[in-house]
Amino acid sequence: MTFRIKSLIAGSALFAVLAATAVKAEEITYVSGAVGNDLEIFKQIVKPWEEKTGNKVTLVPMPASTTDQFGQYRLWLAAGNSDIDVYQTDVIWAPQLADQFVDLKDAAKDVIKDHFPSIIESQTVNGKLAALPYFTDAPALYYRKDLLEKYGKQPPKTWDEMAAIAKEIQDKEREGGNKDMWGFVFQGNAYEGLTCDALEWVKSHGGGQIVEPDGTVSINNEKAVKALETAKSWVGSISPDGSLAYQEEDTRGIWQKGNAVFMRNWPYAYALGNGEDSAVKGKFETVALPSGGEGGQSAATLGGWNVAVSKYSKHQEAAISLALYLSGPEAQKMNALLASHLPTLQALYDDPEIKEKQPIIPQWKEVFLNAVPRPSAPTKGKYNEVSSKFWSAVHDTLSGKGTAAENLEVLQADLEELKGSGW
Amino acid sequence: MTPSASLAPSDRASGRELSLQQQRVRSAFWFLAPMVIALIAAAAWPLLRTIYFSMTNTTLSSLYEGQWIGFDNYLSWRTLSSGKTIWRGTLVDPAWWNAVWNTVRFAFVSVALETVLGLLVALVLNAEFKGRGLVRAAILIPWAIPTIVSAKMWSWMLNDQFGIINDLMLRMGVIGQKIAWTASDATSMYAVLLVDIWKTTPFMALLCLAGLQMIPKDIYEAAKIDGVHPVRVFFRITLPLIRPALMVAVIFRTLDALRIFDLVYVLTPNSKATKTMSVISRENLIDFDKFAYGSAQSTLLFAIIAVFVAVYIWLGKVNLTGEGR
Repeated sequence: MTFRIKSLIAGSALFAVLAATAVKAEEITYVSGAVGNDLEIFKQIVKPWEEKTGNKVTLVPMPASTTDQFGQYRLWLAAGNSDIDVYQTDVIWAPQLADQFVDLKDAAKDVIKDHFPSIIESQTVNGKLAALPYFTDAPALYYRKDLLEKYGKQPPKTWDEMAAIAKEIQDKEREGGNKDMWGFVFQGNAYEGLTCDALEWVKSHGGGQIVEPDGTVSINNEKAVKALETAKSWVGSISPDGSLAYQEEDTRGIWQKGNAVFMRNWPYAYALGNGEDSAVKGKFETVALPSGGEGGQSAATLGGWNVAVSKYSKHQEAAISLALYLSGPEAQKMNALLASHLPTLQALYDDPEIKEKQPIIPQWKEVFLNAVPRPSAPTKGKYNEVSSKFWSAVHDTLSGKGTAAENLEVLQADLEELKGSGW
Repeated sequence: MTPSASLAPSDRASGRELSLQQQRVRSAFWFLAPMVIALIAAAAWPLLRTIYFSMTNTTLSSLYEGQWIGFDNYLSWRTLSSGKTIWRGTLVDPAWWNAVWNTVRFAFVSVALETVLGLLVALVLNAEFKGRGLVRAAILIPWAIPTIVSAKMWSWMLNDQFGIINDLMLRMGVIGQKIAWTASDATSMYAVLLVDIWKTTPFMALLCLAGLQMIPKDIYEAAKIDGVHPVRVFFRITLPLIRPALMVAVIFRTLDALRIFDLVYVLTPNSKATKTMSVISRENLIDFDKFAYGSAQSTLLFAIIAVFVAVYIWLGKVNLTGEGR
């Protein structure tokens, strides 16, 4: 009898506790694209926040391609989906999706000044802060230190130098028995990533940035033509024909098996390339992307990911708290140490622990400060179409459908027509 | 008096008949109602909504604020002061016609090859041999795998650097160097065709097999006794008799092929060489925020399929009944 009463009391007490926590603890759903080991790292990063607040974060993983993610998010947001509370958003999306996100300006007013102003600016649409920065991204040229030393080469300064070194090492390595060796791998699939790659080629040759900040369409010029012709000459010689279907992870696959001399990629590949299962562990370094020769300068496309809170979320308070945590120093530092993701907080570039464990990050500050933004700000809601037309023209050129000059001339006309009387 | 008296029984009789007829109609209506409601909700309403959207300027970010603009998404023109006329709309969009051409080409080639191969497989499976049940089950596996999964699987197998197909062909000496099957414009359509044929031939085979099993055995016996050549038997007996089954199978497959999306989307880069009608309309609907324009393309896709089906049924009927001969 006493036993039964005891268990009854214990049971109801347990129930009361459970009920109380059920009211307090909230489940936040976070959606993000996933490359490499992002999922595990994210779990580690949010753990302190979960422990502190008692809330739980469920991560919904999405395909790695930013184009695919965007399509899904736009659909969810248009339908007023309340299942997703927090979105991890690409730096270019803010103008297109801002209406569907909560304004974070007030919530973040004390910390805004700690971030790089250019990133905060990129996420501000008509005075509304659509998303808080989580990490920033700027690609670099990865090179095989061991191979360059073996053949007595210096890291290249221009694209032509890069191609020459790549060709030489590739040919000699193949003669030496490594048949699968390639000189250079980049992202050539017809998707947003190709816009990033090609913008770097064009900009580094002095050919502008497709659509200038004032809205002028500038893509049809000799320097841009030269840039695309240069890139076209790589396909099939120093880069595999399959490059035309590669995204980031395909190139990293080839690179990490030790089958490429150079790779253009984002910082995340640095930590993964030095992982235990990597064939190139400790054998590579990075350098700023090459320039287009005379009159050109190195150009890296500004990437980066942010956290935005959905207007339709039913747990907005907790969601905003999560967004603030992820953009804060604790999360960004963990992200830098675990995934070599670049912080957006200026102070972290002087952090001694980051300097020691990820020496690449302080070096990358320079690359990132000179990064070129994609024309998402001037083209506003039409950015995706601009980007798609651009990558299609580049993809056509690389695959030999029309010359660079022909394709860019048509592109210029298409973009001007799309622009109409104004973006 | 007489006429009314003579009318009465027949009136009553016809009244009973009518009411029986009415009863049957009424019960048929109630039996069909759930189906009709489901069809209206799942097919008619979305279709009408799409057609409506295609005549507005709706965008995805403001779904309920679109304004009626008539046929401008299909075709519109304005004459400039210089006298030059500018045409706009899907019907003059080269990207759309390129997609139409890709889709039609794909549908024609894939359905033709699948029909021939499916029929061959069905003939083999129709023969008596040990373990036939097992083989019949095994051959269905490609059809049972979800398209996304098989597309991803094939994209790894066809990968230019670590794909097994390149490796096999290199070792056998068929090719001199690794080929980027899905990436290059020259081969990407073939890659899509290959995977689609691999996946759908079992389905065709199954439908053909069902047709083959309907044919009475004694016809073949009679032909054998008469000493008719097997090839002649196939073309004079088998083919005409399974024709109805084959016609249904072909129309099923053609409908599927005309709206192909997943395979192209997963397997190949988003390039002009393989973009189909579904791919391009999705791109406009969602990626480009041109919801109305994408709806117009979806409506055209529907119209193309509807016209095709109508023509096919019409032609098929003529041939099936032998009219007009």
